[in-house]
Amino acid sequence: MPNFKHCVAGITLAATLSLAAQAQTLTIESWRVDDKDLWEDILIPAFNAEHPDIEVRFNATAPTEYDSSINARLQAGTAGDLITCRPFDQSLSLFNQGYLEPLNGLDALDNYQDFAKRAWSTDDGDTSFCLPMASVIHGFFYNKAIFDELDLEVPQTRDEFFDALETIEEDSSYTPLALGTNDQWEANQIVFTNIGPNYWDGEEGRMALLSGDAKFTDEEFVAAWEEMAQWGDYMGRGYEAQTYGDSQNLFALGRAAIYPTGSWDISYFNSQAIFEFGAFKPPVEDSGDTCYISDHTDMGIGINPASDNADAARTFLDWVASADFADLFTNEVTGFFSLSSHDVDVQDPVAAEMISWRNDCESTIRLNAQVMNRGTPNMEQELWVVSSQVLNGTLSPEEAAEQIQDGFAQWYEPQSN
Amino acid sequence: MKRAFPWHLLFFLAPAVLIYTLFSAYPLFDTLRLSLFTDTTDGVRSFTGLSNFVTLLSDPNWSGPFWNALWNNTQFFIIHMLVQNPIGLMLAALLSMKDLRGGRTYRTLIFLPTLLSVVIIGFIWQLILSPLWGVSEGFLAFFGLDFLFEAWLGREGSALITLALISVWQFIGIPMMLIYAALLSIPDDLIEAARVDGASPWRTFWRIRVPLILPTLGLVTILTFVGNFNAFELIYAVKGALAGPNFSTDILGTFFYRTFFGYQSQIGSATMGATVATMMFLVILVGVMLYFFVIQRRLTRYQL
Repeated sequence: MPNFKHCVAGITLAATLSLAAQAQTLTIESWRVDDKDLWEDILIPAFNAEHPDIEVRFNATAPTEYDSSINARLQAGTAGDLITCRPFDQSLSLFNQGYLEPLNGLDALDNYQDFAKRAWSTDDGDTSFCLPMASVIHGFFYNKAIFDELDLEVPQTRDEFFDALETIEEDSSYTPLALGTNDQWEANQIVFTNIGPNYWDGEEGRMALLSGDAKFTDEEFVAAWEEMAQWGDYMGRGYEAQTYGDSQNLFALGRAAIYPTGSWDISYFNSQAIFEFGAFKPPVEDSGDTCYISDHTDMGIGINPASDNADAARTFLDWVASADFADLFTNEVTGFFSLSSHDVDVQDPVAAEMISWRNDCESTIRLNAQVMNRGTPNMEQELWVVSSQVLNGTLSPEEAAEQIQDGFAQWYEPQSN
Repeated sequence: MKRAFPWHLLFFLAPAVLIYTLFSAYPLFDTLRLSLFTDTTDGVRSFTGLSNFVTLLSDPNWSGPFWNALWNNTQFFIIHMLVQNPIGLMLAALLSMKDLRGGRTYRTLIFLPTLLSVVIIGFIWQLILSPLWGVSEGFLAFFGLDFLFEAWLGREGSALITLALISVWQFIGIPMMLIYAALLSIPDDLIEAARVDGASPWRTFWRIRVPLILPTLGLVTILTFVGNFNAFELIYAVKGALAGPNFSTDILGTFFYRTFFGYQSQIGSATMGATVATMMFLVILVGVMLYFFVIQRRLTRYQL
């Protein structure tokens, strides 16, 4: 008889274990190849401390291939359970095709403000399909050693900014601005939409474009390109062929003084730069003006409707919305700021500086991220191309504005009259 | 008497036919078919006839980039024809000289880049030409020519030419080897007869050797044509899918990539991508047919 009992117990145990193993494995799809170790060594173990029965795998694809690869695999039914979401239309398109689960009724959503949820909601705002995860803040890094050597103040206004550039150019052999136009995206994402909000008053200018009250050819938008047209003199020899990696190296090696960038670069320079660096926000016109920063909702996480482990996936999202995750993510994945409303104590000095701008300045997202990228010609690409030409000095600010406005008016109703 | 059906032929042909059909013919015909369809935003696919082609050729948002890519591609091809193939011919002629020392070494060295991955080639040349870390400026300075140095890969006027020359550098081994093999197959008696008749080496080369290898030169031309109009990797590796500055290095391959897979916020379209792929196929088809009907027929082949 005891044998029989053992046997039953054994079978039950085995069944439970195999069920657990089968039902509770989650795979996260992401483009953050750089964060693979952080997920595997810190974030997933922290999750497992609370939910030991759910096994989580982190599957990263290179950022430039992520969108096409995730699309193809969702269609083929081979994508993982949890999908890291690009903001706005990329994910909206996935949702419209039925590849993202609506998250309505998920309590975790209450931990986020509307501006954060907007990037992953339908146009009417009724349905959310991804949980906001992180934003990046744009600004400038500067090499403190060079600033000390040349006795420079951290610039607050545009005049001070250009004075600093001029001093570095004239009085030293350092390259004033570590920036190139070979890869083109920097010209839009870390230059135009970084310095621009101070010209077009952040959300106000963005909303005016969306409502059709403003045009790209208006003064406040052309002015941003006009400033960029003056940058070329300070960007170092042959910057037309300088890649993003070149710019990173130039700054990390201490050969350049100022580096326009986003907060995602903090962790790179923490490990690569041998000097101390600081951050300053995009300079304003006059001292005391309201400042605007590009606080871009960059990353969300959603559920693949084809997932067999929907419950486990929801459990995971609940954890992503927790204060623990916000703290871990913000402090371990330096430079990506959790979007939840929990208060987080940021330890990295540069990251803390950048997140403090949220208190002093008005936040906005990248100008064209919402709706504007939807049409043909694709505005994101057009902005890369014209903005890098403005930096190269081969296109005038007015022509740049006209080209963007032309493309926009072609398909966007409120702009086309 | 009725012959038995030659089953053994089927047996021997089957593996090649099956593999070719499955991996080459079927995808090609499916691409042609797909170009006649369109997808809605909900992912529903429906038949639209030739409207994708009408869009590609008449909507300025599509036709502009398409003609730009086609023209850039043509320039890319012309540079290969003007630089790669003449130099390939010259190298082959030098290598086939009787008393050349170290010929094998040169042959291997010149052919070596062809074997390297395009990504490595792109990376190496980007470094060599880099205005920040590159050796090319110092190299020019050695000859006192550093005032000539520019960020060639970054200028609209020079980026495409630079990339084409990098590609020439990489692939020069192929025409060289083909022509070299053809030169070797010319019987020695012909050359000796010419020498006995008093022809100079120069005259022997142009009047005897070149006419005999014309079919090979034709083959090289057509290989270059097909290879160039299918090119993609080098541009993608060096300039990215957006093929900057200002699309000056955009060729059909990169244009296709952006259309089919999408790029950044541009959402890819399988049907429009198939349309571009079909146009690439047609361009190559027309080029090859022109070659066959206009040039190949006029070539005289000599029985050696």
